[in-house]
Amino acid sequence: MTTKRTIEVELSTSGLGHDGRPQRIPLVVGDSGGVALQAPPALEPDLEGEHMLINIGPQHPATHGVLRLVLELDGETVVRCIPHIGYLHCGFEKIGEYRQYNQIIPWTDRDDYLNCIGNNIAFSLGAERLFGIEITPRCTVLRVIGMELSRISSHLVWMGTTGIDIGAFTPFLWSFQERENIYNLLEGWVGARLTTTASRVGGMAADIPDGWLDGLRGFLRSFPKTLDECDRMLTRNAIWTGRTVGLGVMSPEEALNYGLSGPMLRASGVDYDVRKDFPYLDYETYDFEVPVGVNGDVYDRYLVRMEEMRQSVRIIEQAMVRLPDGPVNVDDPRVILPPKHKATSEMESMIHHFKNVMEGPRPPIGETYVAVEAPKGEKGYYMVSDGTAKPVRWRIRPPSFVNLAAIPKMVEGHLLSDVIAINASIDIVMGEIDR
Amino acid sequence: MTDFVVIEAGSAPGLPAPVTPKNVPHRGGEVNPSAEALKAQFGAAIGRADVVWGETSVFIEAARALEIVRWLHDDPSQSYEYLSDVTAVEFRDRGQPIEMIWHLRSIKYRRFLRLKAQIAKGAPLEVPSVWPVYKGADWLERECFDMFGIKFTGHPDLRRILLWEQYAEGFPLRKDFPLRGRFSRAEQLRQALAANPEARYSMEELSIADAFAELPLDMRARIKGGETTGE
Repeated sequence: MTTKRTIEVELSTSGLGHDGRPQRIPLVVGDSGGVALQAPPALEPDLEGEHMLINIGPQHPATHGVLRLVLELDGETVVRCIPHIGYLHCGFEKIGEYRQYNQIIPWTDRDDYLNCIGNNIAFSLGAERLFGIEITPRCTVLRVIGMELSRISSHLVWMGTTGIDIGAFTPFLWSFQERENIYNLLEGWVGARLTTTASRVGGMAADIPDGWLDGLRGFLRSFPKTLDECDRMLTRNAIWTGRTVGLGVMSPEEALNYGLSGPMLRASGVDYDVRKDFPYLDYETYDFEVPVGVNGDVYDRYLVRMEEMRQSVRIIEQAMVRLPDGPVNVDDPRVILPPKHKATSEMESMIHHFKNVMEGPRPPIGETYVAVEAPKGEKGYYMVSDGTAKPVRWRIRPPSFVNLAAIPKMVEGHLLSDVIAINASIDIVMGEIDR
Repeated sequence: MTDFVVIEAGSAPGLPAPVTPKNVPHRGGEVNPSAEALKAQFGAAIGRADVVWGETSVFIEAARALEIVRWLHDDPSQSYEYLSDVTAVEFRDRGQPIEMIWHLRSIKYRRFLRLKAQIAKGAPLEVPSVWPVYKGADWLERECFDMFGIKFTGHPDLRRILLWEQYAEGFPLRKDFPLRGRFSRAEQLRQALAANPEARYSMEELSIADAFAELPLDMRARIKGGETTGE
């Protein structure tokens, strides 16, 4: 016999069946308890030709931006989903061909605007590979701290907004409070909150100010408590599990084949994390775990992201301990500007500053694809240089774009209300999708 | 629930632990062993292999891209399960051919491989779609078509993705496309006001991918060919 709660959970739509076809929602509970699999399709009368088209977005709060979904419904079941994107398209990649490398960094803020500092650093890593620059040990550790803070803040927004989509308002307030703390820290570091433009080719915009690490310690003390509270609020909540378990299931093979990455891929049971498998910023020297799901549904994606935040805290704690003294920027006059007081008092430094800013540093001919583990997945920057100060091609490999491409597959056969939960679980940022 | 088996990355035996690459040389260095294997398997369809900043790029014949990618995906000694990216590069030098780029990852062997196919200037911009192998190529190829006008033969639904379907100014990432667009602001505004957004709600539009063969000839040509402006 199954317990009452198990039946409730199983009554939520179960995604694809063994034959790979979307499963219909059973209207009655069978004797066996394993209702969803055995329910005969005849239980739901097929209203042939009576499909309804419904349009969600682009201005719908549950689409997390300006995503538009056209759904073909049979009753309340999604038969087909056609996403329309591009409402935020502003040609980042084209504009990048007209900008110097350091001038592109502000654009990386705007592509995934919940993970600004992570994008800045990812782009700088790519540009440094193109220039053949090795960054300083202090810069490496600071960048790790920045990336993990940004991962936490992005996951917090995800948790809050997904909670709202599914009907839980409180975690939103708690998570945004903690996110505010992260933004205060970033403001203390680089002076900006959302669009940080924190890194430069060869270093960072600024070293951390005195006492900043104390603020970070304070955050690391308060944040796990908030996370535990959210955990208690959601993880065993019957409404939450009822609305997330078994939704939008992707098998490991499918997830790989669809090119999913990040928590989406790991929730489906593929143990692939760029930090572990193609490490950068010395991530292989940090002690952290990569959570992997076993069911590939919305609930597992939630669990994976929750655990990732805890692991990020671990990484930051280790980074704080090992943060070495020393310069943040490399000693490479090709890319680094002279100090301001010298640029305003010495002729040579002024010329140096002028030429670096106006003409821009020139990498040798070459190309590189640098991928980092962004909160949404594998974020890649592909840059091609022809020896001039501006890239021939600057390509963003947007994880949410590729993840979103799988939504027609994930929502088919589910209820209309489940589309919202599945869409939320992808953790899309339209700035990154449309670029 | 479904009994999933976790796919382990780097599960091939004897792989060294991955480390952050340091002091990567500009040219030369360790070549991805797949380059050699490709040469042995496909012979003349494989061109030279470059190692730039530690990343191996293998030049392949554009027309055989699907076949090559399928082998890389299926062969257990290669096992490139993951398609990172599909994109193209056009150079500022007008004589240089357009390059198609595929970024592949082998999760099992922890390898990264870049495939390149050159399309000479003036030749039709056509490459086989890798969608039959990687479902994730769907949107990536649509975006590449949208931005460069490259036609992916065998793609199930090759439409514009980021720009709207009536967009007639050409392909933005081509080097002959001016940064501010081809049309004047007045013309852009006129077209935007004349657009009929409701047209995109129709059942016909939804069924295009399924009922492609039944469409009238001119409509098929329009969908298949995309816009020709800017070519």
